Amino acid sequence: MSVGALEGALAWPEEKYRICGDTGLRVYAKAETLIKVNAVVGVVFLAVGGLFGLLVALTRWPAVHLLPAEWFYTLLTAHGAAVLLFWIIFFEMAILYFASAILLNCRLAAPKFAWLGFILMVVGSLMATVAVLQGESSVMFTSYVPMKAAPHFYLGLILFAVGALFGCMVFFGTLVIAKEEKTYEGSVPLVTFGAITAAIIAVFTIASGAIILIPTFLWSIGYIANIDSLTYKLVWWAMGHSSQQINVSAQVAIWYAIAALVLGAKPLSEKVSRSAFLLYILFLQLASAHHLLAEPGISSEWKVFNTSYAIYLAVLGSMIHGMSLPGAIEAAQRRRGFTKGIFGWLRQAPWDNPAFSGMFISLVLFGFLGGISGVVLGTEQINLLLHNTLYVPGHFHATVVAGTTLAFMAITYLVVPLIFRRELILPAVAKWQPYIFGIGVAGISLFMMGAGTLGVARRHWDITFSDSVFTFDYPGTAFLMMGLNGISAILAAIGGLMYVVVVVGSILFGKVRDEAAIKANPIVAPGAAVSSYGGEGTLKLPGTIVLVSVFFLAFVLYYFINWKFLSEVWPLS
Amino acid sequence: MAIHAVKGNWWNEPLHRMEIIWISIAFVWGLVMFSAMIYWHIAGQQNLSNEAYRIDPEVFAARAEAMADQYTIGEEGDTGVPIVQPPPGSDVYLIARLWEWWPVLQFEKDQSYRLHLSSMDWQHGFSLQPTNINIQVHPNYDLVLTITPTEAGEFFVVCNEFCGIGHHTMVGKIRVVDKK
Ligand code: HEM
Ligand SMILES: [Cu+2]
Repeated sequence: MSVGALEGALAWPEEKYRICGDTGLRVYAKAETLIKVNAVVGVVFLAVGGLFGLLVALTRWPAVHLLPAEWFYTLLTAHGAAVLLFWIIFFEMAILYFASAILLNCRLAAPKFAWLGFILMVVGSLMATVAVLQGESSVMFTSYVPMKAAPHFYLGLILFAVGALFGCMVFFGTLVIAKEEKTYEGSVPLVTFGAITAAIIAVFTIASGAIILIPTFLWSIGYIANIDSLTYKLVWWAMGHSSQQINVSAQVAIWYAIAALVLGAKPLSEKVSRSAFLLYILFLQLASAHHLLAEPGISSEWKVFNTSYAIYLAVLGSMIHGMSLPGAIEAAQRRRGFTKGIFGWLRQAPWDNPAFSGMFISLVLFGFLGGISGVVLGTEQINLLLHNTLYVPGHFHATVVAGTTLAFMAITYLVVPLIFRRELILPAVAKWQPYIFGIGVAGISLFMMGAGTLGVARRHWDITFSDSVFTFDYPGTAFLMMGLNGISAILAAIGGLMYVVVVVGSILFGKVRDEAAIKANPIVAPGAAVSSYGGEGTLKLPGTIVLVSVFFLAFVLYYFINWKFLSEVWPLS
Repeated sequence: MAIHAVKGNWWNEPLHRMEIIWISIAFVWGLVMFSAMIYWHIAGQQNLSNEAYRIDPEVFAARAEAMADQYTIGEEGDTGVPIVQPPPGSDVYLIARLWEWWPVLQFEKDQSYRLHLSSMDWQHGFSLQPTNINIQVHPNYDLVLTITPTEAGEFFVVCNEFCGIGHHTMVGKIRVVDKK
């Protein structure tokens, strides 16, 4: 072989790319394809997992009590895994590739490796799902030992995690290439910064996952005799909780991206928003502690220190974003001339645009329902009132469904035209989808929290305790809550179905978005393509001040009410 | 714009006044919440005990049976489950196992007991209703908490950690009677 040929073989082949007609960004074909496949598989898991969620909720509605006990626990396990792990993480892979390759105008590092990761994730997720549906692994997605699942359940999760790790490596590799090849100038965009936060946390998460799942797998095949149940929980939650912080980082990044694309909003201050992301990285790992507040054998000092010192600074990060985002939106709207009164900017916002409405509903529900309930639940002593009650799923449906899932749905309404280059079909359905889904999920969150406050257990097939030696009657309100939860679940499921129909339908049958369509129906805010940043200076933002004040008041009141509840139960020490 | 690379020195951009105020409030609020937990350890009445020991399930079961042998006062209906009334201040054992809480305990109101919780098999959840106190129960760990019932009546222990197909049948009973 001649030297020239060798050089040719080793050199990076020129990769195909196009210039996006909407944003002017350079979009490489390989990155685009990987974004598509990851997003599509994610949506499939959401559809299937969401259906399981509906069946579970209908079973927990005492008047309906749909599934037999065995199926209930099987589908509850499948629901948790399919939506919390598979839907969210596949979609996050798409976000990582978008935030690196697309936003930085760069080709994807090692696309083959990215494909390998994708295939591992598909194989792993299918393997684990099959294991659960076979019925021998109804251990819930937390799989607390010493309850044992089939070996291929753990193996599936391990393969899935390894695949996700590959995805993170490709992401970091792409950042390096972009820097070396100078495909952008200055510092990476805030959205990319948020994605970097997510990816760094993901590496930590997957490492913790390996530390706990590999021994558990070996235990399930009889290679290790015994795993301590408390140690398992400690390490499992180092993975389980951190992965929630991946979701928060990704979702906040998406909020900023949507505000930027739809309204041309820029952060009030890059420094503040980036520092808030940094707080997530620095102060969340020990937050695994707040899953262990009701466990024996762990000291109070450790619990208090690790839940609060660490967690309240991560909470601080979220509270900062909770101000920066509405602030950025208000500033952008005021600059565009919507200056009437305190809330004129909000009334005049593009509420017909599902990307915007989805983002804003996600922001509000995440903050008010998910954020406040999370901090209350994570208070050492108050946790005694709520541990393992339905309050817990109530809380995290507000964070991970109303917050993360709805944010991901909202960005899809931009991804379909920008990346799949299809016009949305059924625009009226798309327009209403975030509202229906948002109301449904707000309902399941609130009513599960309500039932939990009344002591109703989570992961429980029958709150009338049929066939039990002793039976206890939960108060009538608890039953009412479970009924309302069932109705909300139907609403949420309809919202979910609307999303799937619009997205899948548009990808398959939507009109191709060509030059003419881009002109006729621009989806990116005018001026959004202009690179600009910087504080909004002295612009007055009274609407945001009112919003965060209301939030703060609700937070403080609800927090102290729960201390009051606690003070009324039997003394313990 | 959040989707564009930023040029120039963004670190030195001045902050919005609202941002400074909000960050300060949020930070102070974090300190308040941190202090609240410590305050409750000093002045509050509801704190989860830190006393726990490693224990073999058989040893725990033997202790519970010894307690039952000594202090059984009757049988709960026709369930065959003994009602055990240990003296106030003593060590009281409640076994969690698939799928029952054993035995039925009888306490005197306003007296304190050293309640031991442990599981014989998988994890279970001690959920005292309608009082609503929820504590995780592990195998091989003996959690000891001092508990003081403040109202008389019948209370139930619902299992709230998933423990298999019979999980929903795992309900136990605690009776609280007025002092004689
Ligand atoms: C139509 C939408 C949904 C409905 C109606 C729904 C409903 C429910 C219900 C009723 C439970 C059971 C609570 C219990 O008995 O303990 C549950 C559990 C759960 N859900 Fe959902 N859900 C939906 C969507 C989602 C999504 C999108 C996610 C994640 C992104 C999610 C994550 C979870 C998790 C992690 C659990 C806990 C499973 C466990 O305890 O092991 N859900 N859901
Ligand atoms: Cu149990």
